[in-house]
Amino acid sequence: MTNPYIVLPVLFQLLTAVILLFFWAKVNTQRLISIIGSLISMGIAIHLFYQVYGQGIQTMQAGSWAAPFGITFVADLLSATMVLLTTLSGLAVAVFSTGSIRNARLKFGFLPILHFLLMGLNGAFLTGDIFNLYVWFEIIIIASFVLITIGGEKAQIEGSIKYVTMNLLASAIFLTAIAILYGLAGSLNMADLSGQVAAIENRNLVHVTAILFLVGFGIKSAVFPLYFWLPASYHTPPPAISAIFGGLLTKVGVYAMLRIFTLIFIPDDFLSDLLSVMAGLTILSGGLGALLQSNMRKIFSYLIICHIGFLIAGLAMYTELALSGTLFYLVHDIVVKTNLFLLAGIIFKLTGTLNIQKLGGMYKKISQAQPAHGHTALFLGGDSSSFGLLGEGRIDSRWLPKWFLCAGGHDRAGELFDSLCYRKGLVRGLLERSRGPA
Amino acid sequence: MKTLIFKTASGYLLPLLVLFSVFILLRGHYLPGGGFVGGLIASIAFVIHSFANGLEETKHLIKMHPGFLMPVGLLLAILAGASPLFIGETFMTGLWFENPVPVIGMVGSALFFDLGVYLVVIGVTLTIIFTISETL
Repeated sequence: MTNPYIVLPVLFQLLTAVILLFFWAKVNTQRLISIIGSLISMGIAIHLFYQVYGQGIQTMQAGSWAAPFGITFVADLLSATMVLLTTLSGLAVAVFSTGSIRNARLKFGFLPILHFLLMGLNGAFLTGDIFNLYVWFEIIIIASFVLITIGGEKAQIEGSIKYVTMNLLASAIFLTAIAILYGLAGSLNMADLSGQVAAIENRNLVHVTAILFLVGFGIKSAVFPLYFWLPASYHTPPPAISAIFGGLLTKVGVYAMLRIFTLIFIPDDFLSDLLSVMAGLTILSGGLGALLQSNMRKIFSYLIICHIGFLIAGLAMYTELALSGTLFYLVHDIVVKTNLFLLAGIIFKLTGTLNIQKLGGMYKKISQAQPAHGHTALFLGGDSSSFGLLGEGRIDSRWLPKWFLCAGGHDRAGELFDSLCYRKGLVRGLLERSRGPA
Repeated sequence: MKTLIFKTASGYLLPLLVLFSVFILLRGHYLPGGGFVGGLIASIAFVIHSFANGLEETKHLIKMHPGFLMPVGLLLAILAGASPLFIGETFMTGLWFENPVPVIGMVGSALFFDLGVYLVVIGVTLTIIFTISETL
């Protein structure tokens, strides 16, 4: 059904950002406005989710121009969930950054840019037009360029060069793919395209376009051969920024893949095999990379890659069960990754180091300092793997028959690495009481 | 570039270019033009003025930080875009006043959106150019 108000999550973030711009120099006012704005956004997102849950898919035609020519906004249950999670992470990061980001960074517009980023994310989740999706992606990456370089530390600039270069390349490839698709089908509306593309006779060109989309989104979501920019850049900015990047930015790529490859290009044998191999190698390389690191934020960066592999695996199998596993895992992963990076921020604040060789006895230290806070953080961090296994299990059970030797093995290995990493990073590093200096 | 000819010309060019930018802004709905191009032309007027008379002189003329135009323009554009929501229409739907305004013609929410773009473009361009010329 049509509902003109589904664009409100996007608009309200924009409004918050603009109001923040008015208070450019007044950092304390900005903190207050950002938190209030995030709280109201949370209310709007919950309301949207409730509406979609109760009444089904909601659509909106921007400017009242009819589809397929006007820009369509669609809120189905997946979009509404993603918007809800984005706003939740946004609220968490807004609260966390008011306490943890230095005034110097806030004076250069950290909070307005954060809300512009959240606006872009909400827009990407709500749009039903593939070119509009590209525009939201651009808003997201431009806002993230500012966030990753703000502060101007040497490591940040170095990381951001890799980040900016790869993401610009991905955007160029994405745009090329859209251009070819428009030439083939003559439409940019996703729902319209799903019918149009199936009827195109030149299947080879359709496959090439599908691969271009895969490469574009693959770079953005850091899958196997294209992931190296992520561990090089995600640990450099302040924890609040890493949290929103780690929790949401790569997931937008996965979300776009889910949309494109379930709606427009239905994976055939070749694409499905390709996705399976990519997913397996992503899990393996992410897991192996994480085992080699000792900086906690670098471990989490590699774990992001590892878990992107799980998400792609569900898409590669392309069964209802596997896809629902992917969606379930996606929801869980956003919350956990945001939390893990925030947790790393708290740990750094308490101990001054993120090297897990030097950490120890954190559990005691945190629970003495801020009892409730510490327990919550550690609970969320530590328990993440067990909750996620539910989702992983669903993906896993369908994978084994087809790719038992190759990908199934990788998946098992990935899970093993996964639990090893959590144990290494959190259990040994944080929970062990005896070794700690405290 | 502080030659007498340039300085004298810039005094005449400033009002002319600003007027021309407003003309471009207003004709933009159906014909080539609009807020973006109009904003660029208006910023060129101030940039020429600053080249001829120095940056301080231009800042004195504008009387405020050009960056302040950014949130003002954005807010105007949001309000213009969101105004249909208040009467139950979708975002960005064009709302039009019933009677034409003399000289300008039909006025609708699109004009206010374009005006917002115009202000944002002036704000961004002048902030960038002023910041660069300050550091030179």
